[in-house]
Amino acid sequence: MTIQIQTEAFNLGELNSRLHAEDNSVGAVVTFAGYVRDINQGEKVNNLYLEHYPGMTERSLQLIIDQANDRWPLQRVKIVHRVGLLNVSDPIVFVGVASEHRQAAFDACAFLMDYLKTRAPFWKREETQSGDRWVSSRESDQLAASRWESRDE
Amino acid sequence: MILINYFARYREQLGIGGEKIALNASLKSIDDVRKLLISRGHIWEEVFSENSLMCALNQELCTLDASIEEFDEVAFFPQVTGG
Repeated sequence: MTIQIQTEAFNLGELNSRLHAEDNSVGAVVTFAGYVRDINQGEKVNNLYLEHYPGMTERSLQLIIDQANDRWPLQRVKIVHRVGLLNVSDPIVFVGVASEHRQAAFDACAFLMDYLKTRAPFWKREETQSGDRWVSSRESDQLAASRWESRDE
Repeated sequence: MILINYFARYREQLGIGGEKIALNASLKSIDDVRKLLISRGHIWEEVFSENSLMCALNQELCTLDASIEEFDEVAFFPQVTGG
């Protein structure tokens, strides 16, 4: 399974080794893991709740992976995203890419994360000391995603 | 009949996760649906007037000018914040 949406935590080492197991043509594995931070926008975060749109979540991630495969020669791609209630320092997301060479792996991993953050239907709600709030999207995430668009034909 | 889903802050503000509405000759695009929802006034007007509103048609991101057909699944939500 290339895409996993789950409430449970994931094992980084296991995910990493599965990206190149039994494929000796893989010369580069690049992975990204995102975690719940303790402070967001100046406020202490107690926990985080992740909502998503079942069905569309999987479809949108598959579309993003298809686009990455069109742009770079990738052997394997893996995306794991957690949903539900998460605590500070918990892992939220894993993106891993295997390729022959490092540049394709670095770029594809960054691309996947940038597109995931702006196109996949996940929403974070934080419980902070002053109450619950929906996390607002960041301009810098939109900008990060748009740098890939300028290279579209 | 089309299905409309609301997510995250919108779901909370509107107090419902989704609804079914009957299609008619004046509902041809997602923007037509948005205008119908705005016409309900109050919180509906507030939410569906947001510039950052995102929408999906049959579980794929789309723009407001997307045409809709009978049995389509439409969704409205605030900007996504995963990752």
